[in-house]
Amino acid sequence: MRPVLSPRSLFVALALALFLALWLSLALGPVSLPPGDTLRALLRLFGLPLDGEGAGQAELILGQIRLPRTLLGLAVGTVLALAGVAMQGLFRNPLADPGLVGVSSGAALGAAFAIVVGASLGGLPEALAPYLLSLCAFAGGLAVTAVVYRLGRRDGQTNVAIMLLAGVALTALAGALIGLFTYLADDATLRTLTFWNLGSLNGASYARLWPLLLVTVVVALWLPRRARALNALLLGESEARHLGFDVERLKRELVLCTAFGVGAAVAAAGLIGFIGLVVPHLMRLLVGPDHRVLLPASALAGASLLLFADLAARLVLAPAELPIGIVTALLGAPFFLYLLVRGRA
Amino acid sequence: MLRVENLGVCRGAKTVLSDVQLELRPGEVLGVLGPNGAGKSTLLGALCGELQPSGGAVLLDERPLGAWSGPERARRLAVLPQSSTLSFAFRVEEVVGMGRLPHASGRQRDAEIIAAALASADAGHLVGRSYLELSGGERQRVHLARVLAQLWPGATGQSLLLDEPTSMLDPLHQHTTLQAARDFAGRGVAVLVILHDLNLAARYCDRILLLDRGRPHALGTPEEVLRAEPLQAVFGLEVLVQTHPERGHPLIVAR
Repeated sequence: MRPVLSPRSLFVALALALFLALWLSLALGPVSLPPGDTLRALLRLFGLPLDGEGAGQAELILGQIRLPRTLLGLAVGTVLALAGVAMQGLFRNPLADPGLVGVSSGAALGAAFAIVVGASLGGLPEALAPYLLSLCAFAGGLAVTAVVYRLGRRDGQTNVAIMLLAGVALTALAGALIGLFTYLADDATLRTLTFWNLGSLNGASYARLWPLLLVTVVVALWLPRRARALNALLLGESEARHLGFDVERLKRELVLCTAFGVGAAVAAAGLIGFIGLVVPHLMRLLVGPDHRVLLPASALAGASLLLFADLAARLVLAPAELPIGIVTALLGAPFFLYLLVRGRA
Repeated sequence: MLRVENLGVCRGAKTVLSDVQLELRPGEVLGVLGPNGAGKSTLLGALCGELQPSGGAVLLDERPLGAWSGPERARRLAVLPQSSTLSFAFRVEEVVGMGRLPHASGRQRDAEIIAAALASADAGHLVGRSYLELSGGERQRVHLARVLAQLWPGATGQSLLLDEPTSMLDPLHQHTTLQAARDFAGRGVAVLVILHDLNLAARYCDRILLLDRGRPHALGTPEEVLRAEPLQAVFGLEVLVQTHPERGHPLIVAR
């Protein structure tokens, strides 16, 4: 379990991986764009007056489809991985997952509500439907996390063990209600619901992207400021207090970052599992548990991994598309099992 | 300097500590003895602000403990808990380095202090190892080095609270650990240490507080407190008290 890489070499490797992921995500698809066209179209999108053969088509594909999709993947991967670090720190357990505080199941419940109730009202206005779905998912995630946090409060302190159990109970409750909506849904709605639960970066639009980008930037700037406090928290809550940290405030901030981050990610791209669990764990194996390195490393790795998973989802069955949740679970679940078995040995 | 007046602590409806008057004096090692459940750790918890007293007050430099800002308090008061539950693979020097988090003394000075604190806890040879690979006793010494680093080099006005720092240590390291506490006291720090070994207390403590069912039974020098009658009354153990042939402090043997 000793770190095998220096932080510097890891950051170089991660930066290269992210660059490659961004490039491929922009260049590959039903129409593959050569590097020159991709670069030219990208620069034109940013306002540089460049001419070139096929630049118009490339610009259209990039601007309308691949750039928003790539940015969405970048933000979702970053924020899920950071939320994973926050939760593993909060619960002082390397196997914790952002879903533990109920944010994912709450968001799924909100989405199921929007999809099924929307359909039973005879379909929402075409223009409003995606926003309403995202809004309900985001609100559902926040609401369930707020309830879990309230239940964990005792005498002015947050008991994370009770939060964990409350999260399990509310996840079960949300699952039952989603089941109820599923039961009430007709066949077409059922298909929408199922696919939403598997997650996808398909149909990314700038309008749905901005709120998530904003939340991601805030979380990515905020959490590293708490890196030292997170390190101390791993020693134990009292130990962190003895070292002078305001542990109650730290716990509140960690829950807030996770609720907003994961809530916004799920609202924009559906349920995408295992990134928040696997990425921080993997980074910890490579460079150790120091949050000053772990947080930025996880953000970079989460973004790259999600973009590569999306590439696989797009390309494996092209021109059809796999839901990305299937890809991340296919990669993540065996890795999680490997960690469990290794931990026991 | 840490001082309590009329301290009482309740857990639920039960009073687990009452009527404690205590002052930790600079340069002094104060031992706290008593049977299991006598309130030793409760006293330590109240002294460092982890437990709210139900009566009385805890004063750090004549200011209530709660009135201090976190980092200010952490530079004056360090606490070693009975056991720790760190389950992440930090390297030994990183764990000790966490003692420097309340300070802004710079990387180079911190590295010197970490090395000195590790040497003081006789754990210098563990540098570079993962904390999770260590034995229980080695982990205990690493945490000792961490709280020493938090107050390093130790000065008047600081307090160090140790909850059974020798519970997992071999005989040699029981002595090196308490010697490190003594060295800190020698530089002016007020040290409170919870112990179970009467002879270690006799050798290293300047004063001893004997707790019995949440109340102070005796408070005084080892010679005053470590006598057959109070020990019989509190522990229910019949002992012979002799004088250490070389060092002159009390030597306690069960009859």
